[in-house]
Amino acid sequence: MRFWSAVWAIFWKDVRAEFRTKDILTGMLVFAILAVLVFNFAFDLRVERPQTVIPGVMWVAIIFASMLGLNRSFILEQDRGSLAGILLAPVDRSAIYLGKVLGNLVFMFAVEVILLPIMVVLFNVNVLMPSVLLFVGLGTVGFAVVGTIFSAIAVNTRAREVMLPVLLLPVMVPVVIAAVKGTAGILDGNPLSEQMGALRLLIAFDVIFLGIAFLTFDYVLEE
Amino acid sequence: MIHVRGLVKRFGYTVVLKGISLDIEAGESVVLLGPNGAGKTTLLRILATLLKPSAGRVTVAGEDIVRHPQAVRHLLGYVSHHPLLYPDLTARENLRFYAQLYGLPEPDARIDELLERVGLARRGDDLVRTFSRGMVQRLTIARALLHNPPILLLDEPDTGLDPQAANMLARLLQDVAVEGRTILLTTHNLSRGVDFARRVVVLAGGRIVTDRPTEGLEVQDLSRLYLDAVAQEAA
Repeated sequence: MRFWSAVWAIFWKDVRAEFRTKDILTGMLVFAILAVLVFNFAFDLRVERPQTVIPGVMWVAIIFASMLGLNRSFILEQDRGSLAGILLAPVDRSAIYLGKVLGNLVFMFAVEVILLPIMVVLFNVNVLMPSVLLFVGLGTVGFAVVGTIFSAIAVNTRAREVMLPVLLLPVMVPVVIAAVKGTAGILDGNPLSEQMGALRLLIAFDVIFLGIAFLTFDYVLEE
Repeated sequence: MIHVRGLVKRFGYTVVLKGISLDIEAGESVVLLGPNGAGKTTLLRILATLLKPSAGRVTVAGEDIVRHPQAVRHLLGYVSHHPLLYPDLTARENLRFYAQLYGLPEPDARIDELLERVGLARRGDDLVRTFSRGMVQRLTIARALLHNPPILLLDEPDTGLDPQAANMLARLLQDVAVEGRTILLTTHNLSRGVDFARRVVVLAGGRIVTDRPTEGLEVQDLSRLYLDAVAQEAA
């Protein structure tokens, strides 16, 4: 009970502070929309079937916008000196991790809720199909799960803003491949049953890395 | 209450604490003095379970800080020159957040009581970013006292405060000290240290060079004692 109360406290604190200042959300959203707009102009005259490029465009925008948010997740705590305050509390470190993951997920989903309809308008392709949203959801969970722990690792390094993408992107390759492949398959008109391989890979990745991060977060926060 | 034996802390090749042994009894107030880089903050962060010792043993109320850090954290209130607060939350929201982390049931009455005590009852619903440094530090004390800990670790709590705010903070800490808590304070303000504590410990070069009661000690004596001890260690 204490564990979940701590998870909720950290999640609610992050969401409340962020929706008051919109420091993280604004940056993520502006970046995602600009990325999609640039791709729209770049591909506009050359691509006959937008379906072929949409999955790539969508995931590039989501990945790099998420990176901005994930980076700030622990940097803000560190810069304000408030990380020590949380670490002093008699709660399991994994509760801190889970609270942070949930907060990051809310920010990432909030950006996607605005980004995806904009993509429908710009590219005239329906990316709001339930099966596409399933891939977006699972891919986003994967990014939040791994990104949060890597963000905690990167925050104590010197080039911390650069370090997160350097550490995170190689690990996220399976998620990127599975998410792009799955999304492309659905947009090509194939049924979800033909994308089960990509779907299973995403689910397995999310579950395995959530377990690993849960068990190892205690060591990550040690100075 | 706090027992430190042969404590060593290394950061890479740098040895910050070189085999410290220290005993602080329940209800004792101790001021820890030392020049910058002496290892005062490192010692306090180890006692607060924020850092692990490289060697040696530290127990707080009989609990080993490495084996049972969560049990130790229940017993500690920690105040540093960093406020450990969220500027984009109100004072009340900050305290409620920490109350949840410490598992306090029905914390609102305790929060009201503490805000009243630190003179922030009227500003409880204001964002912390609108507070002056002195107000932030008073709220930090309230945060540290929230779970009514028997031990307070105070790491230069008056850094960056103007004299009026520093005096107000000192009065607040005196009130807290008379409640029978065990207090370990680090400061560069010798007169405040000698007024506040019953015992003075001087740390220099990662070693304890002086440990004596403050009774009968004037500020000038303490100043001389401090400078001699530090100079001796440097030599």
